[in-house]
Amino acid sequence: MPVAATADSHATLSPTRRLDPAAAAIELVDVSFSYDTRPILRGITMTVPRGKIVAIMGASGSGKTTILRLIGGQLKPKKGKVLVGGQSVSDLEPDALYALRRKFGMLFQFGALFTDMTVFENIAFPMREHTELTESMIRDLVLMKLDAVGLRGAAQLMPSELSGGMGRRVALARAIALDPMLVMYDEPFAGLDPISLAVVGQLIRRLNDALGITSIVVTHDVYESLKIVDYLYFVSEGKIVASGTPDEVRASSDPFVRQFVDGQPDGPVRFHYPAPPYHKALLADVE
Amino acid sequence: MSDLALALRRLGGTVTGGVARLGYMARFLGAILWQTPMAFRRLHLTVREIYFSGVLSLVIILMSGLFVGMVLALQGYEVLQRYGAQEQLGLVVALSLVRELAPVIGGLLFASRAGSAITAEIGLMKATEQLSAMEMMAVDPIARVVAPRFWAGVVSMPLLAALFSAFGIFGGYLIGVRMIEIDAGAFWGQMQAGVKVWPDITNGVIKSIVFGAAVSLIAVLEGYDAKPTAEGVSSATTRTVVISSLAILALDFVLTAFMFRGVGL
Amino acid sequence: MNRAAIDLWVGVFVAVGLGAILFLALKVGNLLTLDRTPSYRVEASFDNIGGLKLRSPVKAAGVVVGRVESIKLDPKTYAAVVTMRIDRDYSFSKDTIASINTSGLLGEVYIGLDAGGDTAMLNDGDHIAKTQSAVVIEKLISQFLFDKASQGGAGK
Repeated sequence: MPVAATADSHATLSPTRRLDPAAAAIELVDVSFSYDTRPILRGITMTVPRGKIVAIMGASGSGKTTILRLIGGQLKPKKGKVLVGGQSVSDLEPDALYALRRKFGMLFQFGALFTDMTVFENIAFPMREHTELTESMIRDLVLMKLDAVGLRGAAQLMPSELSGGMGRRVALARAIALDPMLVMYDEPFAGLDPISLAVVGQLIRRLNDALGITSIVVTHDVYESLKIVDYLYFVSEGKIVASGTPDEVRASSDPFVRQFVDGQPDGPVRFHYPAPPYHKALLADVE
Repeated sequence: MSDLALALRRLGGTVTGGVARLGYMARFLGAILWQTPMAFRRLHLTVREIYFSGVLSLVIILMSGLFVGMVLALQGYEVLQRYGAQEQLGLVVALSLVRELAPVIGGLLFASRAGSAITAEIGLMKATEQLSAMEMMAVDPIARVVAPRFWAGVVSMPLLAALFSAFGIFGGYLIGVRMIEIDAGAFWGQMQAGVKVWPDITNGVIKSIVFGAAVSLIAVLEGYDAKPTAEGVSSATTRTVVISSLAILALDFVLTAFMFRGVGL
Repeated sequence: MNRAAIDLWVGVFVAVGLGAILFLALKVGNLLTLDRTPSYRVEASFDNIGGLKLRSPVKAAGVVVGRVESIKLDPKTYAAVVTMRIDRDYSFSKDTIASINTSGLLGEVYIGLDAGGDTAMLNDGDHIAKTQSAVVIEKLISQFLFDKASQGGAGK
């Protein structure tokens, strides 16, 4: 299946390619969003099939995190609909929205662990807030989650005592604390050393398959994403400019995909910030 | 002319901005009050915040109270003895403290120590996305983070103001009776005869509760609203101290004018 | 800081704080004086009450036996009508004299009661017949100057 070659070509995907909505856990239908007057997303349409890992890639500030916030209901789209399991998120009552959020897990950029609690209490937090489980059951569950990410021995440490990679893994354990149906990862690989990076990537894949959850990974780490995800979307200037499976992406001839994957300084995403002509600037008098 | 127009427009903008902020503050207070039952279900959260706002402010409050009381005694004695009224020193020290100085100075100290800490803490939690994380875990950050800190301030302030007064009176006693050697009986007797539970002490307590609420509300609001950057948090912290201090002084004027007009004075 | 320690310190803080409030109310203020004791009302009329105020003390032989409850002006006689509450433990004869005094030159103004010899006692709602108004310094001085002036005139 060829990768979409132009910015508008997503609309030209053949109808047979369109995934069965019942199988889709998340759907964005022609979603537009802007902060005050600044447009962030312009007509995004994407589908996230159940049980799969989908990566949303793009340059910094291209609106990737905004997509996550739209799915989580923290933002409302100006146009279009965000559907989770067929339900429009922005039309939900606050109680229904909170009920929906309990089925989500989110790994925030840099972890966002609660700094005044221990690792154990961080993971126990959603359990204590949303369940009636006894302390001993919570204790067992927390240790199980910690074991899944390999940090059972760090249960009593404070977040400030953790390295970046460890903190990220604890945040991951917290994200899956209530066995969610959807986990969203906001830049999970940012700032990690190669080992931690590989560990986190592997955990994302293994947990997704083991727990049968759906995962959305927002990142600009191409190498790691191509290793673990099932499908990728490329976002640039508020639109989806390309999409495909890892193999399709690797073989793609789309200039944006190529610039991104190969790490070219110049291409569809310009190197130079818009400025008046160079020789004019040099010859002009200093103001 | 256009400069003047520009200046006027900016002034108008500041005023409307200020009024809009007051409205926002009122709505925020409404949200806090709405979430209060939830916050008190987890009483240990509020207790923890009382520790950080109240107990940890004790040192500065007690020391300041002591020094203010001692200075009051020195200054008060100097003026009173011109009219042969030194025996009223106890009364002067006590009334000044209980009616004005304890709630106001206590409030200002509370704003700079506890208020700024609350703003910085909440601002930092916002900057590191902890508040967002809570929201995404379907926990209302207002119930869990904001409301406990607000109520801790409201509860701590009157207690701190009373301790400020008590230590101030003790400081006044040290200077007045021990050092200047005014008659102890006159010191305490005139005080007891002149300081009335209503209006003096009660109004002092009411003032401190109002100041506590004002400082706490401003502190949590600035923190919650801070820009999630280092400069954002630091400017929010400064704003808390400045706005709280002005609010305390303005409210003090309004309350004093209301409370002490012609009540048998 | 574990939870038990925090709870302990907060408990101490709240206890000490409430204690301070209590200290202020009891030792510094006058919570324990006379506000709850049973009392009876007595009225008295004065030409001039001087600096007498609401809740000024009523004393007999220097001992506080009551408080001024209300001060009004009689529209017919243009005299000040003072209502005071006197502690039920103390009874005064019907011919008691009520006078307005100042403790010291700059002290507070109070009503002084001098009991008489009458066997009948004042009851709730009674009126004290004999009163002595406040000494107003200005009147005293102008009286003194007037006397001095008339003495000087007579001497000439």
